[in-house]
Amino acid sequence: MIATEVNSFQQQSAQFQQQQLATSPNWLRDLRRRGLDRFVQLGIPTTREEDWRLTNLAFLAGRPFEITSPDLTATFGVEELVQRATLDEDFHRLVFVNGHYADQWSTHHELPAGTVVENLSTSIRNSSEATGKRLGLQAEDEQTSFVALNAAFLHDGARIDVPADTVVERAIHLIFLAVGEGQTAQHPRNLITLAKNSRATVIESYFGGEGEDYFTNAVTEVELAEAADLDHHKLQHEERSAVHLATTQIHQQAHSRFRSHYFSFGGSIARNELNCVLDGEKIECTLNGLYMPKGDQLMDCRTRIDHTKPHCNSYEMYKCILDDRARGVFNGKIFVHQDAQKTDAKQSNQSLLLSDDAIINTKPQLEIYADDVRCTHGATIGELDEQAIYYLRSRGIPADLARTMLIFAFANDVVQGVEVPAVRKHLEAVLLSDRGLPDV
Amino acid sequence: MLEIKNLHARSEDREILRGINLSVGAGEVHAIMGPNGSGKSTLAHVLAGREDYEVTEGEILYEGKDLLGMEIEERAAEGVFLAYQYPVEISGVSNKYFLKAALNAIRKYHGHPLVSRAEFVELLKENIKLLGMDKNMMDRSVNEGFSGGEKKRNEILQMAMLQPKLAILDETDSGLDIDALKVVADGVNSLRSPERAIIVVTHYQRLLDYIVPDYVHVLAEGKIVRSGDKSLALELEDKGYAFLQTDSEPATAN
Repeated sequence: MIATEVNSFQQQSAQFQQQQLATSPNWLRDLRRRGLDRFVQLGIPTTREEDWRLTNLAFLAGRPFEITSPDLTATFGVEELVQRATLDEDFHRLVFVNGHYADQWSTHHELPAGTVVENLSTSIRNSSEATGKRLGLQAEDEQTSFVALNAAFLHDGARIDVPADTVVERAIHLIFLAVGEGQTAQHPRNLITLAKNSRATVIESYFGGEGEDYFTNAVTEVELAEAADLDHHKLQHEERSAVHLATTQIHQQAHSRFRSHYFSFGGSIARNELNCVLDGEKIECTLNGLYMPKGDQLMDCRTRIDHTKPHCNSYEMYKCILDDRARGVFNGKIFVHQDAQKTDAKQSNQSLLLSDDAIINTKPQLEIYADDVRCTHGATIGELDEQAIYYLRSRGIPADLARTMLIFAFANDVVQGVEVPAVRKHLEAVLLSDRGLPDV
Repeated sequence: MLEIKNLHARSEDREILRGINLSVGAGEVHAIMGPNGSGKSTLAHVLAGREDYEVTEGEILYEGKDLLGMEIEERAAEGVFLAYQYPVEISGVSNKYFLKAALNAIRKYHGHPLVSRAEFVELLKENIKLLGMDKNMMDRSVNEGFSGGEKKRNEILQMAMLQPKLAILDETDSGLDIDALKVVADGVNSLRSPERAIIVVTHYQRLLDYIVPDYVHVLAEGKIVRSGDKSLALELEDKGYAFLQTDSEPATAN
C-alpha cells in the first residue's frame, strides 16, 4: 500500500484533531487515532480485493476533500434542500449540513419519556462516558477502511435512544445535506439503540447542492434488544458528482424485527453496505432495495446477514433498473452458522436492463453450515417481459406506454413495501417524474 | 367482416397453417375445433398479430382492410380482441389502471372523448357484476394470483369493457369447471350482437352447448378439413377426430 495514497487524509486528520482538541474527551481522541491508524494500515481498497473488484475508488486518494468547520453562516442553498428533503412536518427532524448538526433547520416534537433524539456531539458533551461505551460496539470489530476513516473524523451525527416498552409514534427523520464551495467530505456517525420491546421508525435522507462535488462516508450502528422493532429507510438523493459510501451495522437480539428500505437515485458512485447479525432466536430481518443508476452512475449494493442462532427468518429483495451506460453491482451474503437450525432465508435480486450498454454484476453468496434450513436465492437479469408487452398492446395500449407501465410496475413493487405514507408518496412522486405512469 | 384467404403461417422452421380459407360475417358465431397441434391457437394468434408467427402466404381482410398490415395495438383499436388461453400475469400493474389505459387508448385512436374516472368506475362495476367477479380483484395486479377460472373471467370482463367487433376466444373453456364455464358462457352470450362476430376456438364440444355456434369448422394439420353446423360438433364428440381422416380434400369453409 502506497503511503502517498492516504497522505491527504492524514493531513486532514492531524488538522482535525488539533481543532477538536479543546472539546474532545480522551476516549474520543483515542477512538479517532485508532481509526486513522487502521485506515492508514488498510489503505483505500484496491480492485484486487474481491469485495471491491467492481468498484474502483482509487481516485479518492488524490482528492483534497475537506472537512468543513461548523460555520453555518455559509449556508447558501440549505433552505431549498431542506424543502426538497422534507417529508412530513410531523416527523422528528434532525438536519445536518456538511456533517454538522443544524438546529435552526431541525424540528423537535414531544418525545415519549426517556427517549433521546439528539445530535451526537451533544451526547458526547453531555453523556460522554455512556456515549463512549456505546460507540463502535457494532462497528469496531469489523472496521473496514471507510468505517475506520469515519472513526478518524467522528464528531457528529444522530443519536436515537428508545427505552424499554416504548413506541415512538412519529418517524424520526435524519437529513444530511452537503453544500458549499470546494470539495467537502462528511463522515456522519449515527447510533440507534432500541431497548427491549420498543419500536421506532427512522428515515435517513441524503441530498446535495447542485453541482457540488463531495464525499459522504456515513456509518450507522443499530442495536435492537429483545423484541425491539425498527423500520429503517434510506433515501439517497446525492448530487450527480458526489461519492456516497455508507455502512450500516445491525445487531439484533431474540424476537427483534428489522426492516430496511433502501432507495438509491444519486451520486456518481454510491455504495451501500448493510451488515446484520441475528444474535438470538425468532428474529426477523427484511432488506428491501431499489436502485436506479443511469448516465454513467455506478451503484453498488452489499448486504450480509449472519444467522447465528436457530429459528430466524430473513428476507431480501433488491431490484435494479439500469439505463444508458450505468453499472450496478449486487453482492448478497448469507451466512448460516452451524447452530442456526430451522433458518428460513430468502434472497431475491432482480435487474432490468433498459439499454445495451448498461451492466449489472450480481453475486449471491450463501454459506450454510447448518443442516436443517431453508435457503433460497434467485437472481434474474432481463429486459422487459415481451409476453406482458404483447398482452398490453393486444388491448390497444401503444408499445411506449406498455413499456412505461412495466418499468413503473417493476420499481413500484419495492416502493409499495414502505409503510410510512409520507415516504411512500415521496417515492411514488420520484418514480413518477422519472419513469412516470401518465394519467390514462 | 373477416375474410381469410389461403393463409400460410410458420413458427421457426415449422409450417403450421397450410392454406386456411374462412369467412366470418357480422352477427355470426363460428367454432373452430381440431386435434392438438392442428393450428387452432396459431390461427387465433395470427389474427391478433403476434410477431412470433410469420405469414408466408395469403391475406386477411378485416372489414375490407388488410389486417396483416396493421400493428397489434391498431388491430385492437379496430375491434379485434383475443381472449387468451393462458393470460399473462403482470405484477405491479393494477387491473383497474390497465383497463382504463386500454379503454382510453382505443377511444383516443378513434378521436372519441376519453372516459372519465367516474364513468369508468360505473362501467367497471356493471361488468364485474355481470361476470360475478369480486370488485377487490380490480385493485390487484393483472391476473396475479388469479386461478385459471378467474383469469378466464378476467378476459371476458375485458371483452365486455372494450366491446370488440371481432372476438376470438382461444380455448376459453380449458381448465374450467362447469360452474365457471357457465358464467363465462353467459358473459360471452350477453355480448352477442348483429354487429359482432365471435370465433370460438375449442378442443371439446362441451362449451358449444352453452355458446351455440352457427358454424363449426374442423382444423387438422393446418387446414380446415370440414365445415358444418352445430351438429358437426356433436358428430365429432361421438366419433372423435379420427373419422375425418377419410376426407381426401380440404373443404372451403363458409
